[in-house]
Amino acid sequence: MTETPKGPAGTQVGGEAAPSRRDLLSLIGAIAGSTAMYHAMTSLGFAADSAYQGPIKLSGDVRGASVLVLGAGLAGMTAALELRNAGYKVQVLEFNRRPGGRNWTLRGGDTFTELGGFKQTCEFEEGLYCNPGPWRIPYHHRAILDYCKRLNVALEPFIQLNHNALLHASGAFGGKPQRIRDIKADFQGEVSELLAKATAQGKLDEAVSTEDKEILLQALKSWGALDNNYAYKANLISAEYRGYAKAAGGGLGAEPVASEPIGLSDILKSRLWRYLQSFSQHSFQTTMFQPVGGMDMIGKAFGRELGDLIRYDAKVTQIQQGEDGVTVSYVDAEAPAAVQLAKADWCVCTIPLSILSQIPIDVGARMKTAIDAVPYLSAIKIGLQFKRRFWEEDEAIYGGISYTDLPIRQIAYPNMGFNASGRGVLLGAYIVEGSNSYEFTSMTPAERVARAVAFGSRIHPQYAAEFENGIAVAWHRVPFTLGCAGYWTEEARAAHYNDLCQIDRRIVLAGEHASYIPVWQEGAILSALNAITRLHERVVKT
Amino acid sequence: MRRKLLSSGGTLLFAVPAILALLLLAALATLEQIAAQVAPHPLSPGFAFSEQSGEELYANVCQACHMPDGRGATGAGTYPSLAGDKALEAAGYPVFVVMNGQHGMPPVGIMMSDDQVAAVVNYVRTHFGNDYRDTVTAENVKAVRH
Repeated sequence: MTETPKGPAGTQVGGEAAPSRRDLLSLIGAIAGSTAMYHAMTSLGFAADSAYQGPIKLSGDVRGASVLVLGAGLAGMTAALELRNAGYKVQVLEFNRRPGGRNWTLRGGDTFTELGGFKQTCEFEEGLYCNPGPWRIPYHHRAILDYCKRLNVALEPFIQLNHNALLHASGAFGGKPQRIRDIKADFQGEVSELLAKATAQGKLDEAVSTEDKEILLQALKSWGALDNNYAYKANLISAEYRGYAKAAGGGLGAEPVASEPIGLSDILKSRLWRYLQSFSQHSFQTTMFQPVGGMDMIGKAFGRELGDLIRYDAKVTQIQQGEDGVTVSYVDAEAPAAVQLAKADWCVCTIPLSILSQIPIDVGARMKTAIDAVPYLSAIKIGLQFKRRFWEEDEAIYGGISYTDLPIRQIAYPNMGFNASGRGVLLGAYIVEGSNSYEFTSMTPAERVARAVAFGSRIHPQYAAEFENGIAVAWHRVPFTLGCAGYWTEEARAAHYNDLCQIDRRIVLAGEHASYIPVWQEGAILSALNAITRLHERVVKT
Repeated sequence: MRRKLLSSGGTLLFAVPAILALLLLAALATLEQIAAQVAPHPLSPGFAFSEQSGEELYANVCQACHMPDGRGATGAGTYPSLAGDKALEAAGYPVFVVMNGQHGMPPVGIMMSDDQVAAVVNYVRTHFGNDYRDTVTAENVKAVRH
């Protein structure tokens, strides 16, 4: 960390104690848990929209130039694919025995050995899977969507908001989970009622013109499900938003019965409102997508396209450059004693900074300082298989995500195979940063799974009877990244980001860490496209 | 006592195949009870770490990467070993690293109090084959915290 962390009490700004950004994030994390923290990172500008301009055009004579790409994740494979298409001689070195990097899916029969030697074998039934890394694609991530189209990767909806999924606070409502629909409708309705009251009493006259006042009242009535007296209460109006105590039927005794709203004070004190931002923020708005069959369909499609241009099982040990080119030393996983060399005119290096910072690399002091300046996020995902899809059969939850203040943070239901009989796999925990992420990483995989099952059973008691097996990925234990993603602070970005993204003679870096859309696959692809555009300009001008 | 619990629990989980552990799980009253017995790891209620002793902090924070035996691990990159580590001789160094992070290592000290940072640094400097007896105080940590 080269940024300057601020004291917990905040720094003095303009005579007032103003919390630094990191204090603010810590505070949000402390109050709301890590999911909220990630969302806050997004809203504070750590993540942003895609700036994809359409398929890249690298025109001009490359005169037989060669490029060595380090890493066969989405950044490396985007660079390799486009440079090959532009006429370059391309070779890719990849640490793993598969393409994709963090674009990764675990299925039955897959094994995963984490750092420390703990080996897990995935026991999921055929056709079921878990995406331990990226798992959803926003509709506005146009670059990755375009590559999916070009590589024939079929997509299906990823359900971010399911009104019938749950919000859970262990200290509220006797620990009983609440429907997202109820919290959302009631919070919206009760806030509308308050605002309507203030409007009618003339308390907003300074802010709202007489003409707008009437329209505002109409709008609050329609938006908040208020009755003719601008009240939000148990009736068939609010029931249209929050659901019925007894649903409408056919024949005798079929009339619907309204349900009782949860009081505003109860919602406020429960803090369940804080999860509603998970459905409002731009990165999480509908429509979101997932590849049919698992996220790694994207990595596999790139891998097929590149074929034997990718050299797998290659661990990079040194990166050198000189007047006439780049020389990269690497060892084979099977024969680590024998150092091999790969040479090219240019190098696109997509190795995560957590690893690159440990590899001797021949770049200038400013870029080296930038490489060393970015810590890596802690994150956990745990996939759990159950004998039956009880969330659908018993609770009518079809896809989507339930949020909780328990250490597991989320339970995400599969967005495929709806309404089928038989087994199902759900995501039993998704923890990003904060104390619990380190504590879960410190456990053995079996303990992580056992704890996820224990916590999840407080939300779905069916866990106890239906659980079969699980697999847990703690990203700081993942051998090929040593962490989830680069954790840029605004201060670190200001000091180092441009140095990281420069072309240093014959070497340029790419990856989500070299983007303003950290963590997301879109950032990795856009970073690669930007890096090779600049590299290509240099090549054709030379 | 705490230490004994930690080491025996960890060994048990590591040695017993998952399927057996699950059979064990199913036999007991509630999953949570069994998790509490099989799993010795505490979970902090907030964003910051609630573990107070150096031993607990090591087992629930540092161990994530530096491993239960302090020897680190190697994949595409390496988590350095803290065992018999001469770099720990100057107490200021581990305090600085815990507070500021190093390369990919996050600044975990921002989720700890000064006392907690001192406790975990003192623990690492007197375990895993290290025997540096001069202790770090909360005051020393405070001086490093910006």
